[in-house]
Amino acid sequence: MSGFLSLLARNRLALAGAVVIVTVVLLALVTPLLPLANPDATNTAIRFQRPFQGEALLGTDHLGRDLLSRLLWGTRLSLAVGFTAAVAAATLGATIGIIAGYYGGRTDNIIMRGVDMLMAFPYILLALAIVAALGPGLMNALIAVAAVNIPFFARNIRGVTVGIAHKEFVDAARLSGLSNARIIVSEVLPNVIPVVVVAMSTTIGWMILETAGLSFLGLGSQPPQADLGSMLGEARSALITNPHTSLVPGLMILVIVMAINLLGDGVRDALDPRLKSGALSRPMPATRVHRETPPAPPAGEAVLALQGLQTQFHVKQRKYRAVGGVDLALHAGECLGIIGESGSGKSVAALSVMGLVASPPGVITGGAVYYKGRDLIGAPYETLRQLRGDRVAYIFQDPLATLHPLYTVGEQLIEAVRAHHSVSRIQARRHAIELLKSVRIPNAQDRIDSYPHEMSGGMRQRVGIAMALSNDPEVIIADEPTTALDVTVQAQILSLLDDLRRERGLAIIFITHDFGVVAQLCDRVAVMYAGRIVEEGPTPAILNTPQHPYTARLMACVPELGQGRRELAAIPGLPPAVDQLPTGCAFAERCDLVRPACTAGDIALTTSGPRKLRCILPPLPREARV
Amino acid sequence: MRDALTFTDLSKTFAVAKGLLGRAKSQVHAVQPLSMSVEHGETLGIVGESGCGKSTLARMLVGLLPPSTGVIEIDGHPLDPSDRAAFGKKIQYVFQDPISSLNPRKTVRQIMEAPLIHLHGLNSAERAKRIREIFAAVNLREEFLDRYPHEFSGGQAQRIGIARALAADARILILDEPVSALDVSVQAQVLNLLSDLKQQLGLTYLFISHDLAVVEAVSDRVAVLYFGSVVEVGPAEQVFAAPRHPYTKLLANSAPVVGRPLAQPEMRETELPDPLNPPPGCAFCGRCPRRIARCDTERPPLLTQSDGVSIACHNPL
Repeated sequence: MSGFLSLLARNRLALAGAVVIVTVVLLALVTPLLPLANPDATNTAIRFQRPFQGEALLGTDHLGRDLLSRLLWGTRLSLAVGFTAAVAAATLGATIGIIAGYYGGRTDNIIMRGVDMLMAFPYILLALAIVAALGPGLMNALIAVAAVNIPFFARNIRGVTVGIAHKEFVDAARLSGLSNARIIVSEVLPNVIPVVVVAMSTTIGWMILETAGLSFLGLGSQPPQADLGSMLGEARSALITNPHTSLVPGLMILVIVMAINLLGDGVRDALDPRLKSGALSRPMPATRVHRETPPAPPAGEAVLALQGLQTQFHVKQRKYRAVGGVDLALHAGECLGIIGESGSGKSVAALSVMGLVASPPGVITGGAVYYKGRDLIGAPYETLRQLRGDRVAYIFQDPLATLHPLYTVGEQLIEAVRAHHSVSRIQARRHAIELLKSVRIPNAQDRIDSYPHEMSGGMRQRVGIAMALSNDPEVIIADEPTTALDVTVQAQILSLLDDLRRERGLAIIFITHDFGVVAQLCDRVAVMYAGRIVEEGPTPAILNTPQHPYTARLMACVPELGQGRRELAAIPGLPPAVDQLPTGCAFAERCDLVRPACTAGDIALTTSGPRKLRCILPPLPREARV
Repeated sequence: MRDALTFTDLSKTFAVAKGLLGRAKSQVHAVQPLSMSVEHGETLGIVGESGCGKSTLARMLVGLLPPSTGVIEIDGHPLDPSDRAAFGKKIQYVFQDPISSLNPRKTVRQIMEAPLIHLHGLNSAERAKRIREIFAAVNLREEFLDRYPHEFSGGQAQRIGIARALAADARILILDEPVSALDVSVQAQVLNLLSDLKQQLGLTYLFISHDLAVVEAVSDRVAVLYFGSVVEVGPAEQVFAAPRHPYTKLLANSAPVVGRPLAQPEMRETELPDPLNPPPGCAFCGRCPRRIARCDTERPPLLTQSDGVSIACHNPL
């Protein structure tokens, strides 16, 4: 709750709206206590008195009634009717929406078609019809305004409820023996209420306007009772001669509706989880760089060399050190595996290469990435844009999320080609078909016009690979490309990647959490833990004689096929949170072989032959480390 | 002794492409009629790839989805699908995604109390005692009870999910991919916990996963599902070590294993058959290297072989 208020307070406009509306509501509440003239007392002797001239502060209307008094009493009435109508519409609409969304099927169909019929009438016509049927009067105007707004709430809430009703926690509640009514009240409703509040905050202003509209037409409050709409309606005939009689209620309506809408937008932004997660803060085209002097380029022939790369996420006061100094070198035609658990920084390190980490909150705070001797960190956006997808391409885990659902795969491949080469569409299309053939998609000529949703997961990932290959890159960074796929499909994709890299001399960085995949595909492997590399070397050496206790124990956790039923080794505890990294070895807390020196200070990555290791223990036989 | 769980001719058919009046135009057989039984204290592993019907089967067994045909019996007594409370006390479910199976707006205590109140009608002192026992069994600290689900890591949340299933006091747990959302180091923690609980409490498990090595490590028997039907059932150590059905062999060869070179397991770039237009014969014959003429026209029945393994294949290995 306090988080919500502080979020709201940060939005200046919403805060201003809140101040205004609170003032107006307070004024309306204390109106009976104020020393005001009787709002309905007529005195034709002083009719149309100008503001600030006589006893009546805001002047008088055509019957000589005190405008200030009428304004305050009228505001009180208009606010009360508006709020009541909004609450009634929200309650009824939300109830209808929840029932339709939760039960689904025929119930949903019948209810929502009814709501659709209500929506098919222009709202003012519908309100007029309701008032005509019930007769004029403030209460009937309230009913009309509430009724015409029910469909808006019903449709909104139904959509949200459908999403929630299919969540696993609703199934879990069913299995816990809860009845449907209880599930609606205790599981669905608490998750729907924020949406109701958001919808209400954005519609109250509208409802006050609608009530004023009906009163303006003489269908709402009846004379002599004042509300803002009827005041405006009565002043209409004197609009030219005595504009102040219209201006006073008109300005009040403007102020109220404006303030409520500003506040409502603020409430929506503060409550909507999608907006809270930063959907509105558009990420920059390249990750922000905030580093001191970059390290010198490394010696050697590496196509891509990461030097002490550090990437952090700055969220409020906290600094999450996702990547805490990574050195890696990738040579032409080589496949380098990066293995680690979730949160180990493997994906962030890979995305930092081309500045693809979303900023905010991502910041590259140190190190360099040399592509053929050129530092990419802090390079101008245009340089990065030309290299992205052309020289260094990515393959992501979920091709359904990375392919655009509204374009055919052919259009997307053609776009990828034409972004970097000025070729005609026909040539690009021919090239795209060739690409689809090269990733072994059957009937490439026909499949090129398919939409992503028409393909299976394996086929989509082939398209993802084809897109990465479209400009003949030198480096491909594959981030868990087979994790979402079935094993038989994974085997097809892995063998495809292996063939492609041998045919085309590609250098691949392959990110995974699967030792089996690394063993089959990668020449070298780096093991990451809590944002740093703990061990690196040729794949057979690392897998046969792991030297870091983490590598050894992680491998022991993985069940291998063909060993039958058994107790599995586990690593107790969890990796440390990257905003509270311990001094020394990050794995020390979970390590059986820990000694005081492990937590005393930073432990360097030491090189011996082709292998690197970040551990102070002397080399031990594998069994001792597990 | 009667089997803990038996299901006979259990099947599920979904209607797709409904017409204007809600009449189904065509049907998809997500699960073909299946019959199987699980003994007391046994772990039956079920493996298969996406779309093979394993989750549909699980949801039918716990009563979340009404079966199209078939009967489910527990300890020899048929279950009434409309009596949800009776279901919940006998058979419970552990979800794949630990976080989304916990209501984000409820504390762990509220989540844990739901089955105790609604299935067993315990009073608050009894509930507190029971929760204490269960939390001790799954190695969770009691201070977690007043926190909200988003404060937990995946492994802890999955322990809470298991604790909730245990609170219903069911003897049979359906574990639907319980560790596939977890990291390997945490996965082993949860698998070992499940194995300890089974011994302590005498539970019976149906363990569903796409990960062959995990299934093999925890199961007594394994059933391999393909396109809604069982193609092979047998003792866990035998099914993958010596597969008899060509699909089981393909699965076993596809799993990446340290020390085995990358091989192209399938020459053709093949996919599952179209569920709207299923093949008349064996569903696997389009991908099968051992296909014979009968496979195209005649669906192979699941037959028990002399060594206790059952296979549905005209030309087994």
